[in-house]
Amino acid sequence: MVEQVKKLLEKRLESAEGLESLRQSILAKRDPQRICISVCGGTACRAAGAEGVVDAFLDEIERRELQVQVSLKETGCPGFCERGPLVVIEPKKILYQQVKPEDVEEIIDETIVAGRVVERLLYTDPATKQKITYESDVPFYKKQTQNILGTNRQIEPTNIEDYIAVGGYSALTKALDMTPQKIVEEVKKSGLRGRGGGGFPTGRKWQSCLDAKGDVKYVICNADEGDPGAFQDRAILEGNPHSVLEGMIIGAHAIGSHQGFIYVRNEYPLAVRHARIAIEQAMDYGLLGKNILGSGFDFSVTIIRGGGAFVCGESSALMASLEGKVGEPKAKYVHMAEKGLWERPSLLNNVKTWANVPLIINKGADWYAKIGTAGSKGTMIFSLVGNIVNTGLVEVPMGITLRQMIFDIGGGIPDGKKFKAVQTGGPSGGCIPEQLLDTPVDFDELTKLGSMMGSGGMIVMDEDTCMVDVARYFIEFLKGESCGKCTPCREGINRMSQILSNITQGKGKPEDLDTLQDLAEVLSAGALCALGQTAANPVLSTIRYFKDEYLAHINDKKCPAGVCRELVRFSIDPEKCEGCLRCIKECPTGAITGEKKQPHTINQDMCIRCGACYDVCKFKAVIKR
Amino acid sequence: MAKVWIDGETSIEVEHAEGIDIVHLTVDDKEIAVSAGKTILEAVERAPGIGNIPALCHHPAVKPYGACRICTVEVSEDGGNRFKFVAACLYPVKEGLIVKTQTEKIKKLRKGIIELLLARCPNVKRIQELAEEYGVEKPRFVLGDQDCILCGLCVRACQEIIGKSAISLVNRGIYKEVAAPFYAYELSGDCIGCGDCAFVCPTGAIKMGDDGHPILPKVKIPYAEIEAMMKKETVSS
Repeated sequence: MVEQVKKLLEKRLESAEGLESLRQSILAKRDPQRICISVCGGTACRAAGAEGVVDAFLDEIERRELQVQVSLKETGCPGFCERGPLVVIEPKKILYQQVKPEDVEEIIDETIVAGRVVERLLYTDPATKQKITYESDVPFYKKQTQNILGTNRQIEPTNIEDYIAVGGYSALTKALDMTPQKIVEEVKKSGLRGRGGGGFPTGRKWQSCLDAKGDVKYVICNADEGDPGAFQDRAILEGNPHSVLEGMIIGAHAIGSHQGFIYVRNEYPLAVRHARIAIEQAMDYGLLGKNILGSGFDFSVTIIRGGGAFVCGESSALMASLEGKVGEPKAKYVHMAEKGLWERPSLLNNVKTWANVPLIINKGADWYAKIGTAGSKGTMIFSLVGNIVNTGLVEVPMGITLRQMIFDIGGGIPDGKKFKAVQTGGPSGGCIPEQLLDTPVDFDELTKLGSMMGSGGMIVMDEDTCMVDVARYFIEFLKGESCGKCTPCREGINRMSQILSNITQGKGKPEDLDTLQDLAEVLSAGALCALGQTAANPVLSTIRYFKDEYLAHINDKKCPAGVCRELVRFSIDPEKCEGCLRCIKECPTGAITGEKKQPHTINQDMCIRCGACYDVCKFKAVIKR
Repeated sequence: MAKVWIDGETSIEVEHAEGIDIVHLTVDDKEIAVSAGKTILEAVERAPGIGNIPALCHHPAVKPYGACRICTVEVSEDGGNRFKFVAACLYPVKEGLIVKTQTEKIKKLRKGIIELLLARCPNVKRIQELAEEYGVEKPRFVLGDQDCILCGLCVRACQEIIGKSAISLVNRGIYKEVAAPFYAYELSGDCIGCGDCAFVCPTGAIKMGDDGHPILPKVKIPYAEIEAMMKKETVSS
């Protein structure tokens, strides 16, 4: 027992100098030329089998007794999820993609022992068909500015020494020497805006929380990321939890708070685990808890796991949930910064916002404000998903165009399909069509287009997407997630969903578009919280840019993209049909008849429009319209 | 000296009284004065004849909730340059606040909310009256047959005034409803039969039964069904 306490006390840092000398001693122990196999340990790569790869490497290293020459680390997510599991061999930074446990022996043989590159595991640039050896040459990474995600690949999230080695907690030592007002000024000057969706100027929020009266104040990290297709908060919290903690400690010092909370969704088990480990380690090192780095400042952080309600990502609902109440939003006529959690001044920021804070303090507000556009500073992390070649996380300076993001970084649309729209900002955002792809991406520009930045979700859709169906999908999602407290949101979204379902089933009426418009106005002006106020965006933006499709559904009872089942007819072109019987075998209802080598026919009364025949026909004889 | 309206017809000249925290605000072009800390709705209720703010989920005996949204008004904090929509039952009065309760936008918004409520509860008298006042004829939606508008007054009265919490709002979104806690078949012994919930209910969805206990609106998913659903899920998984 005494030994344990002694050991703990040895770790504990008592001053900024102590942290600096620890950093030097960590760096002195590490040989930058030593071979290190780093495997991405993010959720996406794990789902693709990264854990098996790690085990295989460990076994192989042990079997050949390479422990001295080679080290292995399981890093955070660098963003190239499409190609996972990712393995980078340092110090040369050779990138192997889609690595399987059975590839491990070859990697050790060839690369580690013989110093050669395993060609077949390299990434091939689809544009030039060239194999790319080094990570930094991959076009997906080359065009990004990974100020935040960049650190993910350098560290093992469960090892605080890794974070300290790359300069971690040096912003904290700097901030502890600054007055609270000076810190707030720096954040204000940086132009940082809230990354969770609202885009509220972070510095202004901090100022009102600093000015708010009260001896008990709270700091909260919102990690209740719930937008469909968004996972950047998860990547940061599980890939670099200390950067979030460091941001929170700086924020707490700035407003005079001694208690912080990380509200993280329970569906992110790895993020919860890594955040928990990070808190424990930070406590051991004296970076959290009493008398942080000998400065006299106390601050501790507790993890609260969310119960799975989307609306709890809204700050007032989140705080209600934190208090142990039903997660329902409240009016925010008095800001949460003045009267939030338990009626105390509360500083709530998104994971990405917190992760930006150490950067601003370390490199200065002026450096930070140079990145981005006039109204939106810094980089933003987007999750690029949907019909896109390179699915993953993309960190770019604000102001880059949608086209650059989707085509240059994202690699465009797979299978030679045409681009149709990109949905930004999660369920409350809007769909942006091709003709607006050259719009620079920042908070204000996206809002002008009837969409929003939101939390950085970006869902790319190809020509086979029905925009009415997309609107219906998002409204359906929000219908399920509305808390039901206020009339416009509960009733209005439900009615919108009924109307949209009718339209997709061919039961739409010409006046439906006006009704949708009216409902949208009631929602935006009348709803209690942002969920309801922005809920109509997917509908409004699709009506605005794809009205033709609505009209085709309503007037002609046709779904141009061939998605809405009730409006699609499958038939067989007798000219093209070779009579191979394939579709007859596949049809689940026996609706297709015909003899061998004779054109087949579909009985429309029996057809359930599942599209199985369309998918299997090798001669493209099945017509969908 | 300033002219302050105390109701629709009468105004008085007042001097700012020292030591009393009074806030002046303009409601539909008439300046009124109230003590600080009140909401717009409370201020307007104290000045009969000025402004017209309907409310369904509001009751002076319980804390404001902001659910029905029918009390939405337009306010400006910058002397009339920019207006925004706020719920009058929640918005705290501020010096110099300009409140508009009857603009075309407001009327249209209330009309929209009433249409939604009427579609949910076509047989409720209070909603029918509001529909008539705001010119809502027939909702454009499929009609429901509910009586409860989920204003939460019953639940709040039971919790805040009686201190019992014998009923609560359960579920979310369109599945939200007033029920005994945990969807129990019957009200628990916590219900003292005071009738408070039936008294505050603006739509008559809760009535007192012969046994001296309130009869709640019929729940959409009774507990028995949930149990059956859960059993089915356990069997299939």
